[in-house]
Amino acid sequence: MANGQTPKLDKLDKGPWPSFVREIKRAAEKSPMSKDLLGLLELSYTEKIGHWKHGGIVGVLGYGGGVIGRYTDVPDKFPNVEHFHTMRINMPTGWFYTSKALRTICDIWEKHGSGLTNMHGSTGDIVLLGTRTEELEPIFSELTKEGFDLGGSGSDVRTPSACVGPARCEWACYDTLALCYDLTMTYQDELHRPAFPYKFKFKCAGCPNDCVASVARADMSIIGTWRDDIQVDQSAVKEYSDKGLNIQKDVCGNCPAKCMDWDGQKLDIDNRSCTRCMHCINAMPKALRPGKDRGACIMLGSKAPIVEGAQLSSVLIPFMKMEPPYQELKDLCEKIWDLWCEEGKSRERVGEFIKRVGMGNFLEAIDIEPSPYQVAYPRDNPYIFYEEYFEEGDDEEEAGEE
Amino acid sequence: MADELTVEQVADAMYNMIKSAMGEKKLKPMDLQKAMIEHFGADRCDKKLCKEAIKSLIDSSRCVYTYFGGSFIEIPHEEGAAKG
Repeated sequence: MANGQTPKLDKLDKGPWPSFVREIKRAAEKSPMSKDLLGLLELSYTEKIGHWKHGGIVGVLGYGGGVIGRYTDVPDKFPNVEHFHTMRINMPTGWFYTSKALRTICDIWEKHGSGLTNMHGSTGDIVLLGTRTEELEPIFSELTKEGFDLGGSGSDVRTPSACVGPARCEWACYDTLALCYDLTMTYQDELHRPAFPYKFKFKCAGCPNDCVASVARADMSIIGTWRDDIQVDQSAVKEYSDKGLNIQKDVCGNCPAKCMDWDGQKLDIDNRSCTRCMHCINAMPKALRPGKDRGACIMLGSKAPIVEGAQLSSVLIPFMKMEPPYQELKDLCEKIWDLWCEEGKSRERVGEFIKRVGMGNFLEAIDIEPSPYQVAYPRDNPYIFYEEYFEEGDDEEEAGEE
Repeated sequence: MADELTVEQVADAMYNMIKSAMGEKKLKPMDLQKAMIEHFGADRCDKKLCKEAIKSLIDSSRCVYTYFGGSFIEIPHEEGAAKG
């Protein structure tokens, strides 16, 4: 509260786990902004209403994204959080930092803002919480001098993010870091100058384990996969069995495609039926590996439940080679954007747009051949009703031939 | 070609559109693009030219990006929520 007492927040600070309240209190020791933030939050907990206004005209010159405006409606009680804008900073691909880079960001933020950060937001960016309008340009200037750029916010391409990929993971089926960096650099205009009906997120996951949860959180999920057979080392499979792993029950029994069988000596995989779920590979990493012909599955349309309900991505291209300069992927993106920008409604995510117009119509409009892999759920009916692709009069001709 | 449109001509037309809609309707970049192509004709004005015109409006500070549930282009003004 305005008197500095925060009894409700103090309760959150009592458990064994780290609390955001503890961190804000630490920041409040040297930042008046953080001190007022605690007071405002206590007030919200007491009155059970929020006191923030979101949006507005704040930003840095030339950019339409990266700064999220926040003003409080009780500036008389908490003058230090009268302005409390958030800045999104484009994170290094795969979230690899040097400690010097982290210190640089923190120093800039303690000098110009509240000192509070969120590492990282749901899109993956570094989120810097709380600064005044007049501090935005100086912060931007200092950040760019150190090699950082703002990320995306608003109706634009959001900061693309990637899992650590081949840098630390043996399962990466393509170089997620290289693709993420390439997309970020290629789509600078789309990142900083909002021109879409709503946000558009890319996430690059190196394998079907999908550690960045791209299938649930990205409009375009680029998930590493392979199209040949799983590599099997039968002697290593036997070794797992000898050491007590119940292969029939725990590996074959949990395979969603039921495409493998273990006779006690040899693991048989019907690769044509495999859905590339990675379960068997995760269970026996020394014995099984993804195939050698690797690339990515391109999926489209997931989102969190903001306007309509949550959606998961659907398969758009079952397999695409993922090699620089990634022209096939970029051509696909641009076709999707052209259609979505032309026909999409305001605040309609691309997944909602597809739902509205129908996957069949969408695929036709972006000139993608329908495929049985484009299903809502594994082993479900395809979206495409092939009879629609008969030309008018086909039936009559066939009838005439009989 | 005497008939060829310049970025500034499109930017001026966009600016006038934003000015006349001010206070009544917030315009998105796509609204401006569609209106310009319709106004000047698809043979004289395309998406690329509109993109350049928007860039010119923003970089010259004649317009700013705003956010109210979606991103818009507006003429700079004092926000009600930003106390003097």
